[in-house]
Amino acid sequence: MVVQMKDTVEIRWHGRGGQGAKTAALLLADVAFKTGKYVQGFPEYGPERMGAPITAYNRISSSPITIHSNIYEPDYVVVVDESLLDSIDVTRGLKESGAVIINSERTREELLEHLHGYQGAVYTINAKQISLKALGKNYPNSPMLAAAVAVSNVMDKNEFLKEMKTSFQHKFAKKPEVIAGNMLALEMAFHEAS
Amino acid sequence: MAIRERLSGNEAVAYAIKQINPDVMPAFPITPSTEIPQYVAAYIANGEIDTEFIHVESEHSAMSATIGASAAGARALTATSSCGMALMWEELYVAASDRLPIVLALVNRALSGPININADHSDSMGARDSGWIQIYAESNQEVYDNFLQAYPIAEHEKVHLPVMVCQDGFITSHGVENILLVEDDRVKAFVGEYEPQHYLLHPTQRMAVGPYAVSNYYMETKRAQRQAMLEAKQVILDVAARFEEMTGRRYGFFEAYRMEDAACAIVLIGSAAGTCKAAVDHIRNTTGKKVGLIKIRVFRPFPEEELAQALAGVEAVAVLDRSEMFSGTSGPLGAEVRAAMYQARCKAEVVNYFYGLGGRDITVSDFEAVYDGLETLARTHEVTDMYRYIGLREA
Amino acid sequence: MEKIQDRINEQSPWQQITEGNKIFEPATSRAFCTGEWRTAAPVWDREKCRQCLLCTPVCPDSSIPVHEGKREDFDYDHCKGCGICARVCPFDAIRMDDKN
Repeated sequence: MVVQMKDTVEIRWHGRGGQGAKTAALLLADVAFKTGKYVQGFPEYGPERMGAPITAYNRISSSPITIHSNIYEPDYVVVVDESLLDSIDVTRGLKESGAVIINSERTREELLEHLHGYQGAVYTINAKQISLKALGKNYPNSPMLAAAVAVSNVMDKNEFLKEMKTSFQHKFAKKPEVIAGNMLALEMAFHEAS
Repeated sequence: MAIRERLSGNEAVAYAIKQINPDVMPAFPITPSTEIPQYVAAYIANGEIDTEFIHVESEHSAMSATIGASAAGARALTATSSCGMALMWEELYVAASDRLPIVLALVNRALSGPININADHSDSMGARDSGWIQIYAESNQEVYDNFLQAYPIAEHEKVHLPVMVCQDGFITSHGVENILLVEDDRVKAFVGEYEPQHYLLHPTQRMAVGPYAVSNYYMETKRAQRQAMLEAKQVILDVAARFEEMTGRRYGFFEAYRMEDAACAIVLIGSAAGTCKAAVDHIRNTTGKKVGLIKIRVFRPFPEEELAQALAGVEAVAVLDRSEMFSGTSGPLGAEVRAAMYQARCKAEVVNYFYGLGGRDITVSDFEAVYDGLETLARTHEVTDMYRYIGLREA
Repeated sequence: MEKIQDRINEQSPWQQITEGNKIFEPATSRAFCTGEWRTAAPVWDREKCRQCLLCTPVCPDSSIPVHEGKREDFDYDHCKGCGICARVCPFDAIRMDDKN
């Protein structure tokens, strides 16, 4: 069995190089940090190329985290690119008490056959559609981040949105017109995943 | 009041560099240390510091230019990893024998071949005989703290040796963690202004650096260099004590974690220590077994007597090496820890493990298995397999 | 003034060697008499010499002193006896004497 520190939530992200899965993991660490948590956000580096499968991880805890290994029995798994389902066993080690959150246009039932008999909760988020509606472009990582927060409950919704807004205001200081769209994408994803 | 932040290990080192505002940084990029010069270059471009950044054509040149800058009287540094440091090889020895207080931010990465970008200690362990002080970190906090202590150690008049501040590639360099930063003015007061007594650009004093030393002088020079390494021990402790006064964070040659009554101990270096601590806590909390950990912080100079003393009451020890040295027997840490224990007539049985080569992950359960093995060893005193592996696929 | 060789020489214990062998005075090579290495010595024939000064710039050890536009006798403290001067002299005014 894998030892987990008390009060620690462990999340594994699957994506492809260039899609922002690593950025989403770092953003999650960022907002959780701002709400007073101890955090880790780290990528597992393989070939550093666009499109190559990448894995990133989060540990979020109310006490200091010392473990420096990858996460093998996560509480939650976030899949940013559903095409990975055919090549990677994304629910491997995932706790049955946890959940997998998949960016997909397909329904939960349609995806189940790709999940190697996983018995826990399965959420689907149409992050592409949300992103296109809210931003006019396909940036799936913000909706997936919101979905991860909504499902994992690692922080309060309002706290999350407040910190994200501050972070967008800083990040898009020169393009304030995109802030509202990004916030809308988060709200929509939060709603869809709740 | 400390500043609560979350940074990657590379960001933490770059931030320390910004706070110190050294004079010269020649650097050549290599994964996973590239971000350090990249962040420093941004600080310079933004006018936040006035460090002279030198774009060089190789790591050989990076260390050469760092040596030149340091000899000229500048507070100088560079950053590198793996094959980058291998290309600095001859200059590493020159920096040390010229007694220049250079700091090298090393992000540990496996040496080729086979080519690999992930963490192990083969780069710095290969340079363990070059005459550099080597300080290793478990976490982003530690690499930041070690970097702040590096110049006060290197520039101390009894030392005048270069310092390598090491952290594990990707594991801490690219992992974001909580960190407590020290305020700029306190960092400046702690590190102080660099005021070398002798330097090439001195307006009136003349000096020659690095002259040829024939066999009539070479051995005496090396003996004097060793003396500086011996003197460095007290200076490292003094600087750590001053650092503790400032931050409350305590550092020594190594960290003894739950060793007070330990019967079984692991000795290792670097980021895996944090994972090992979780195993120690879990074993103690669930079984009450007396297990402990010694995490080496200062590998050069090697704290031989202190380490043997810390292991004096232990029944069984596992020394974990994150690099090979192909002696056919132990790894570098294994050999030195065993020598220290032999000299002090420690009674414990010792085994040596190789782990984490080329970034192979090590988990809490891996450590639990090592402690299980040590428990058996302490009971039976039968060493059946002195050199072992963690996480190796075997037929 | 005390010279470095008075303080540090081949009998000095390690404690007296300067840190990193640094040398804190200029032109210490003057005190290093490379003339001891010589196996053959150049001998200058003043009668044959026309002061063309072709010999001075080719001397690797700056051992042919020139004063007011005219060369003087060899600096035998530093001349290693390489013989280049004898080779370039157009007037046979320099011969190598292997009796040193």
